[in-house]
This record gives sequence, structure tokens and C-alpha cells, in this order.
Amino acid sequence: MASAATVWDGRRPEQSWLSRKLDDRRVLAILFMLPVAALLLTFLSYPLGLGIWLGFTDTRIGRDGIWIGLENYTYLFEDSVFWLSVFNTIVYTVLATILKFALGLWLALLLNHHLPFKSLIRAIVLLPWIVPTVLSAIAFWWIYDPQFSIISYVLKGMGIIDTNIDFLGEPWNARLSLIAANVWRGIPFVAISLLAGLQTISPSLYEAAMIDGATAWERFVHVTVPMLMPILAVVLTFSVLFTFTDFQLVYAITRGGPNNATHLMATLAFQRAIPGGYLGEGAAIAVAMIPFLVASTIFSYVALARRKWQQGGSDD
Amino acid sequence: MTEAAAEKAPVITTERTGVINWDSLPRRMMVVYVPLILFLLTLLFPFYWMVITAFKPNAELYNFNDYSPFWVSSPTLEHINRLLFQTDYPQWLWTTMVVAVCSTVLSLFVSVLAAYAVQRLRFKGSQWVGLAIYLAYLVPPSILFIPLATMIFKMGLYDSPLALILTYPTFLVPFCTWLLIGYFKSIPYELEECALIDGATRLQIMWKVTLPLAVPGLISAGIFAFTLSWNEFIYALAFIQSSEKKTVPVAVLTQLVEGDVYHWGSLMAGALLGSIPVALIYSFFVDYYVSSLTGAVKE
Repeated sequence: MASAATVWDGRRPEQSWLSRKLDDRRVLAILFMLPVAALLLTFLSYPLGLGIWLGFTDTRIGRDGIWIGLENYTYLFEDSVFWLSVFNTIVYTVLATILKFALGLWLALLLNHHLPFKSLIRAIVLLPWIVPTVLSAIAFWWIYDPQFSIISYVLKGMGIIDTNIDFLGEPWNARLSLIAANVWRGIPFVAISLLAGLQTISPSLYEAAMIDGATAWERFVHVTVPMLMPILAVVLTFSVLFTFTDFQLVYAITRGGPNNATHLMATLAFQRAIPGGYLGEGAAIAVAMIPFLVASTIFSYVALARRKWQQGGSDD
Repeated sequence: MTEAAAEKAPVITTERTGVINWDSLPRRMMVVYVPLILFLLTLLFPFYWMVITAFKPNAELYNFNDYSPFWVSSPTLEHINRLLFQTDYPQWLWTTMVVAVCSTVLSLFVSVLAAYAVQRLRFKGSQWVGLAIYLAYLVPPSILFIPLATMIFKMGLYDSPLALILTYPTFLVPFCTWLLIGYFKSIPYELEECALIDGATRLQIMWKVTLPLAVPGLISAGIFAFTLSWNEFIYALAFIQSSEKKTVPVAVLTQLVEGDVYHWGSLMAGALLGSIPVALIYSFFVDYYVSSLTGAVKE
């Protein structure tokens, strides 16, 4: 009756050394962080450093390079194709981002109405974002075909143009065609994210603005836009980053042509490094993207996110 | 002019009375439905064009005068047939599937542990580790592929799918971890405390309490990882050389174009078939997908 086993002494049953260690919060935390640390240090941090180092060497495919200091960079500084790619990248990023956000915000505002077939519409909107970029880029390639372009066919049918548009043969046509394809692919992400932001805005704010006599435009500028700012900052940061480093779309549709007119920094880096074999020079081009990336990330995040704490929002 | 004026009048009165969403129907038509339908048509058109090209016989494909380009008069399976039986397409699909599944499983395993450690075990400096993982997502593959290519070469993994399985987690893990940290945060901590008081070990708590509750989060992280690996292009282009080991996006672009001859029918069929697996997965889980996408952005 009065056996010791029935008296609970406040301790757990005796455990082996291993299971006690595994129950230690700190030991477990270290164990759980090991895989992610190993993976990201080996395949992310190390290559990032290696890439910067490669930029200072004359490494080629199949041959280790030696340190040549800034030679790659001085060479690129004189290289008109490199500066053309910088120009293209900036034009591509700025125009595509502006269009993506203008159209994406518009689409988000439209989707925020009470609509029939809501889930179907949402599925259609997300489709361009889901389908592999290269595969939809191939569809655009075909749409931009010099001879059988459906756009030229329709415009000719409407009597707007007489001859087919040479979408990918003229430098500016090619740039704008690529931007159009990028915008098409980017709208869904912007629209769906901003829609989520719109749905968190309390209707009472709009009612209050209406009672104060605000017009639809004033409500948009003074209620919708400030309330969307935090989410806009995050989405803009991502969008700028991924547009700036875009590779697939340009590689699939023009491969940098005609005559290097559409090379982005990423495609030029690939072109010089892998088919060209000059790994050091390619790495230098890739490294040259980093300052632009850091600057645009900081700008888009700080410029927009700052407003959040100015308005007294919390930080999470 | 008079019509426009007539439409405007009731709108102003309703706005002044402060009632929302009571715009007149014609105005609503013009302001909401027409632009929305234009948006949807534009977003859908490239897919429509892809489908219709994949089923058009060559005679119709290159003859806009006798056949309307917007429709197929006599659909054909010729292009799909050529794709499946005269190219390595089935092999490419299989490689892509294996790579996507393996890298997804690997990334989920790593991310769950990391997210649990950061969010629940809360060691010293855990929020800095969380921030570092988030920043890792901002490092784009276009900067990493050159040094990674030299590493892959030295490790003897060049031209092997294993190279892709090991490198894809570099962009999958940061994203999945970020998403799962947000998901774990939404699970009440009290549940774990109860289990701790009842004498469960921390491993048991994670395995039997937290993870079952996090299944929706795990599913959406899995879908994200799978679609991102399926769509990946630059690593697959740089690290794989032999035709039969290529993934679908790379192979369609590099293997189906023979010199200057573009077999548009087969190209479109290849693009279409390559899009179907992700479209299917995503259509089953669209709700998880949207909620986690919007949730992740709000974090």
C-alpha cells in the first residue's frame, strides 16, 4: 500500500544521458541549426565570397586563375557592351517595376470588389506566376515571331500597321517586348500581395473619410495608400531585386540579341563565364551587380518602411 | 455626353449619403468589370496561344490567310506525339520530377528544424539567426551561379542531377524557413507548455504536438519549394550538359530548337506539358498557397 512508487517526488522518471541531453533546450537548438548552417554556409556564404575572389582572378573553365587585382574591372570599365548591359538592366528594372506596380495595384483594387467566381478569378490571376518562366517566355517568343506574330496579325487586321512589327530585331522593340513579358509575369504577385494588404484595411476608415466628405480619389490617396505602405515596401523590395537580377526571360527570348542590345548584367555574366569560358570576368560582372542591389534594396525598403514607424506602427 | 451626365448624378448622391458600394450598375460595369475582363484576357492569352499552337497542324500554323489563327480547324496530336516518342521529353520530365522532389524533401527537413529552433527553442540571438536566414533569400542565383559552377566542378558533381538537388536548397531553405517561422508563431505556445508539464520531452512535443498542427504550413512550404525547383533555370542551365539529364525548362529551350528551324508546335507542346504538373499541384492547394503567400508577405 505505502510503496515508494506511489509517492511522486516531483521528478521525472530517470532518463538516459542521451535523452536528457536531447531534452536540453540549448543542445537541441544547436542540433536543429546544424543542417541549415552547413547547407547555407557551404552553398551560399562560401560561393558568395568565392565569387568576389574570382572577380579578382583570371580563372577560366578548366584552369585555376591567379590574382590579377582590378584588371577585370578596368577591362569592363572600358567595355561598351558592359555599360550597355548596365543601362539595359536599369531601364528594364525601372520601367518594369513601375508598370508592374501601377497595373498590379489597379488589378488589386478591382479584385477587392465583391465579384462572382472569386476563386476562379484568383486562380486565373495567379497562373502566369505559377507556370515556369522559361516556358511562358517561349510562348512570348512565339507571340513575338517576326513572321507569324499574332499581335502583328491583329494590328494589320485593324488597319493600324501595314507591315509586321519586328519585335525582337530592333533594339528598342526588343527591350520593350521583354519588359512587357516581364510585367505580364510580375503582375500576379504584386496584385495578390497588395490585395491581401487591401483586405486588412478596416472599412471604418473609409466610412470616417466619407463622413468627412472625402472623394473617392482622396480616400485612395489618404487612406488606401498609407495603409498599404508597409506591404508595398516588402513587395517592392522583392520585385526590384528579382527584376534586376532577371536572367531566364531574356535568355529564353533574345539571348541578349540583337547585337547585345538586350543583354542584362546577369545574361552578360553568363555569356562571358559559361559559354565564353572567362569565369573571372563573368564573376566580376556578377559582383558589379551587388552595389546596385544593396542600394536599391535599402532605398525601396527604407524609403517606404520608414513611414510605418513614423505613423506609430509596430515593427513586426 | 448626356448619358455620362445621367450616370454621374446618382453616384454623387450616394456618395454624399455615405453608403459604400451602391454605385449604379452601368458605372460598375465600366469601372470594374470591363477592366477586370481585359486584365484576365491578357493574363490568359499566352496560355491560350500555347494550347492552340500545340494542337495545330503545321499547315494551319504557318498559314494565316486560309485559316483563322485564333482557332484550330483540325486539331492534331502530331506535335505531342513527336515530343513524347522522338525526343527525350519523358526522360526530362522524370529528371525534373526527381530533382524537384528530392530538393523539396531536403529543404523541408532542414527548414522545419531551423524554424522550430528559431521560433520555439529561442536560443540566445535566435532573432538574428532568423534575420540572417531571411537575408539569405535576398541573394539572387544570378550572382551565385559562377562560383557554384566552379565548386560543382571541383566536387565532381558537374553534369549530375545531384548538383541541382544540393544547390536548389540555397534559395528554397531561406524561403521555407521564413514561411514556417511565421506559421509556428501562429500556433499557441500554451499547447507546448501543457505537454511539457505532462512530462513530454521536447522532441515528443515537436513531433506530436507542434508538427501535426503545422501541417498546412508544411504543405504550403512544400508546394512553394516544389514549384520553385520545377521552375529553376540558371543552375540547371549552367551545371548540366548531357541532353538526357536536363530539366524540362532547360531542355525545351536548348534541345527542341534545331539550328534555325523552330518547331513551334513541339515547342509549345513541350511548354504546355511542362506547365501541367505545377498547375495541377497548385490547383489542388490554391487556398493554402494564397493564404501562405499573403501571410508570408505580411510578416
